[in-house]
Amino acid sequence: MNFPILSVITFLPFVAGVIILMMPATRKNETRAVALTTAVIDLLLSAWVYIQYLQGHMTGYQFLEQHDWLPQLGISLFFGVDGMSAPLVLLTGIVMFTGVLISWGNDDPHVMSGIQDRPREFFAFLFLLAGGVFGVFVSLDLFMLFFFYEIAVFPMYLLIAIWGWVKTREYAAMKLTLYLFIGSVVALVGALAMYWTNYQSTGILSFNMLELEKAGFSADFQNLWFLPVFLGFAVLGGIWPFHNWSPDGHVAAPTAVSMFHAGVLMKLGAFAALRVGVMLLPEGAKHWAWLIMGFAGVAVVYGAYIAFVQTDLKYMIGFSSVSHMGLVMLGISTLNATGLTGAGVQMFSHGVMTALFFAVTGMIYDRAHTRMIPELGGISKVMPFATIGFIIGGLVSMGMPGFSGFVAEFPIFMGVWQEQWLVAVIGSISIIITAAYIMMNIRKVFFSPMPENLEGHIGDVTVLDKVAIVTLCLFMITIGLFPGVMVPMVSTGVENIMRLLGGA
Amino acid sequence: MDFFNTHLLSLILFLPTIAALIMLFLPGGETKLMRWFAFGASLIPFVLTLVLWNNFDLNATGFQFEEKYTWYEAINASFHLGVDGISLTMVLLTTFLTPLAILASFSVTDRVKPYMMLFLFLETGMLGVFMALDLLIFFVFWEIGLVPMYFLINQWGSANRDYASLKFMIYTMGGSLGLLLAVQMLGVLFGTYDLVTLYQQWNSLSADTALMGMTVGTVKTIAFWAFAIAFAVKVPLWPFHTWLPDAHTEAPTAGSMILAGVLLKLGAYGFIRLVLPLYPVEAKIFAGWLAVLAVGAIVFGAFGSLGQTDFKRLVAYSSVNHMGFVVLGIAAAGLAAGTADAHIAMNGAVLQMFNHGLSAAGMFFLVGVIYERTHTRDLNQFGGLFPLVPVYGGILIFTSMASLGLPGLNGFVSEFLVVRGAYPVLKIYTAISMLGLLFTGAYILKGIMKVLHGPLNEHWAHGEHKLTEINTREILVMVPLMALILVIGVWPSWILEVINKAVVALF
Repeated sequence: MNFPILSVITFLPFVAGVIILMMPATRKNETRAVALTTAVIDLLLSAWVYIQYLQGHMTGYQFLEQHDWLPQLGISLFFGVDGMSAPLVLLTGIVMFTGVLISWGNDDPHVMSGIQDRPREFFAFLFLLAGGVFGVFVSLDLFMLFFFYEIAVFPMYLLIAIWGWVKTREYAAMKLTLYLFIGSVVALVGALAMYWTNYQSTGILSFNMLELEKAGFSADFQNLWFLPVFLGFAVLGGIWPFHNWSPDGHVAAPTAVSMFHAGVLMKLGAFAALRVGVMLLPEGAKHWAWLIMGFAGVAVVYGAYIAFVQTDLKYMIGFSSVSHMGLVMLGISTLNATGLTGAGVQMFSHGVMTALFFAVTGMIYDRAHTRMIPELGGISKVMPFATIGFIIGGLVSMGMPGFSGFVAEFPIFMGVWQEQWLVAVIGSISIIITAAYIMMNIRKVFFSPMPENLEGHIGDVTVLDKVAIVTLCLFMITIGLFPGVMVPMVSTGVENIMRLLGGA
Repeated sequence: MDFFNTHLLSLILFLPTIAALIMLFLPGGETKLMRWFAFGASLIPFVLTLVLWNNFDLNATGFQFEEKYTWYEAINASFHLGVDGISLTMVLLTTFLTPLAILASFSVTDRVKPYMMLFLFLETGMLGVFMALDLLIFFVFWEIGLVPMYFLINQWGSANRDYASLKFMIYTMGGSLGLLLAVQMLGVLFGTYDLVTLYQQWNSLSADTALMGMTVGTVKTIAFWAFAIAFAVKVPLWPFHTWLPDAHTEAPTAGSMILAGVLLKLGAYGFIRLVLPLYPVEAKIFAGWLAVLAVGAIVFGAFGSLGQTDFKRLVAYSSVNHMGFVVLGIAAAGLAAGTADAHIAMNGAVLQMFNHGLSAAGMFFLVGVIYERTHTRDLNQFGGLFPLVPVYGGILIFTSMASLGLPGLNGFVSEFLVVRGAYPVLKIYTAISMLGLLFTGAYILKGIMKVLHGPLNEHWAHGEHKLTEINTREILVMVPLMALILVIGVWPSWILEVINKAVVALF
């Protein structure tokens, strides 16, 4: 494979972002068209990579490409995907595509849908974010991983602070950025420690993760550095007790950014924590697994409970994300093949599901101008399509069999059973809490009588919105009915991790 | 033809879903088309079930028409279907009742398309449970059937539907939580979810092997109760039954028919297919406990029913009462496993499931018929209606008598078998349950009396409130039910021989 497809996927959003910035600010629709075209191309390319990997029964890292970047320090642009990251690349493509669709915007001043204010800058920043995310998922070089990681975090600040919800956007943007930067700095220190230790023992300066995997760090070193590295990244994954930037960020962010934030960005944290924390420091991971499992177990139940008591739809989804990402962390903390496979699928499943949730919530907010659950009602009559989408998302969230959530959660719990059955028993409480709040909120928001002040003011969603909803739903149902389209692939990625863990 | 024979179960299972998906693309405004399409689509699985029944080999042991496909390789769960005599009977019940329920729903005018689609999805969900030979697939269908039922109650139910539907959902999901965990544990222990394999491996574990810091005996006890509670909620056994009267009362008529007719059987079927074969030892130890719950359901169900003034609630509590007999039979079979008593009790239990499906569906439909005309279910508002609606009255009395257990109708056969099988092993419990049976007679007669006899409530006799007679479509719903009720009552052996073969092989 000579065509540098991963580089194209990663850098296309950057290029498109620059092109969009150079367009005149008044040509809003042309801007949107360029954005959509880019998103479609990226989605198709990432789907192509995914299908090639799956159809070719590939294992290990594929589509490799390496270019020297700063050879004196051992930094290279080293891209490749394995069974763990290929689904996430596809996920990013999906969220990017649907995010652009629902941000399309309508220039009618009476209809507030999508992004009307400065779409040019919005899409440029959004693509900067998307490019960074792609970069993290495909990077096999530790330095590059950090590089793209920071690129992904930075535009979030602007996107929230400029286009966010007026009431809390400055606070939320600042909180989010500080949390994430502190986390990544801590992780960076750990990464540098690995880099130097490796240099001292081998005499080679290298950020190449495939080589760092073989460095054979001492147990003491690993035990010392695992927690900073893992937790530093896991902050972005919303791990309890460092989760609390996340719901605030979700609430303040504009719809497409919430989709990116919950759908992809949180995966970035979990993925980096896995790739750098667990895979480079496997002994440390074994040493500290109990702690991670404890944190994750609390996140799962606590997140679900807090989501249960929310009255703001976006906060509810934000906390449900904490709960679901807790499941990802729980899967990772098992350090066995079943649990890790579940975690990999859950990352994809949750990404699609939560993107759908935020998309529908955004559609409702644009029309009803409120997200408070008690003030909403009767949405199903005016927005039937969005209703069905939200219900399907809700069923995925509850872990209902037949949808991707079940396919993901089941192996996670099975993995936990193998390590500590008590955590599985406690964690399962979250399923019932989730079912309760999802069902109650669906009923209230979509099926209860519509409040008078909303009567006649709410219209149906646009065609583009429908395309976005259908796209997201199709992925969740397909994986739910046919786990074979994703699970075997994730399993190959997990095999690699298991090899590093020494078959533990 | 080969394809047809080897895929018969999948065809029956997925045809309703395929039909529902086709409906998605039909114009929703054409209510007539929606109704007839759904009705026609639900008849095909029924016809195929008759073929299945016909091709079923009575002399073969084990499961027939087995199909197995890879489904979830990573955790070694396969899509494994198969039927034996017990599940075949239940499949027949499901495919028989669904077209009738859809026919009964022709009076629904609100959003007919999604309504009919949900019914077809529900049929697939229920059939899947009865056909599954893989524990995970069983669980998948077990849970998935909740969703259409939830929305049927929540969207087309009566006044208090929000509360009732949520209660139904949360109760069942909460009950299933232990089942989910126990299923996961079994999967982790044996690396497979295939039921046939699990039956052997799980039972061959010696009782004092250490497992998760406990002995296998302790683990099995906990897992037994995890399974048992999940199914007890669904059956429902006292004291887990409180969701049922609410759900029934608020559900639309056809929803109640299916809920009582088939969904409750899922719980009892879970006991028969999973609990007894997987935990024979525990089933023996805890048979007394199960019997207590069953007798509780029989007695309190009867008392609860007697105390109602709402016609639908009365019928709902009667379901608790009748399903108690199913579990009493199961408990007796667990206690006396291997003996003739166990076989008799189990035959009775399975037949009682089938019979209750017929009579409960009929009763709920008849309540629906009168509710549609009077818009009330309050028994005190009725009275003396027999002269106004003689045909309806006759049908109601006939169906009530089946429910009461009149010899010559189906209820008698199965209840007699249960009691005959349970009496030698669970004497006192059976004796107490007879007390429940006495009150069964009382509440059935109370229902008939309050509706049909006594002084006529003039309100229904004249003017715009004049009660109209049951119409042809409604009679068509009842005729197949009544015919089967009578046939089984007079000549039960055609169905019992199918059940008995499976029962003898299993227990």
